[in-house]
Amino acid sequence: MFKDRIVIALGERDGIGGLAIAACAEAAGAEVAFVATECFV
Amino acid sequence: MDLQSQEAILRLAKANDPTALIVLLGAPDPEAAEIAAETVTKGDPAYAGALAGAQLGLDVYHVLDDAVKSEVPDDVWEKQIGLMADVLDADALAAAVRSMRS
Repeated sequence: MFKDRIVIALGERDGIGGLAIAACAEAAGAEVAFVATECFV
Repeated sequence: MDLQSQEAILRLAKANDPTALIVLLGAPDPEAAEIAAETVTKGDPAYAGALAGAQLGLDVYHVLDDAVKSEVPDDVWEKQIGLMADVLDADALAAAVRSMRS
């Protein structure tokens, strides 16, 4: 699933943060190209 | 979705083979997850950002989807996701995003 794939990590402050998603994706073998943690109020 | 995120996604989709891209979401509720998934597949439903009218059809999953979790080493998953996997409704989140992939 992640081999040779480029990940866009769109986290949310009240859910899973972007950095945590990126860490998981990198550990799974993906390249992470963009990370954000959005905040909806 | 933030306007800056939309611009970045559009830029990446143009600079790369879109089929190589995977969007992973961390939204806390199914509604937010579905809107984010819609934005990267069918375009920004609010017509406010760079993805308005952009039907990129990107591959998108919620990070709590079993298909994602199964690819992440257990120790990394526990450290990065941990209890949030129990707090959030993983099945509903995964289903909301799946509905936008098909």
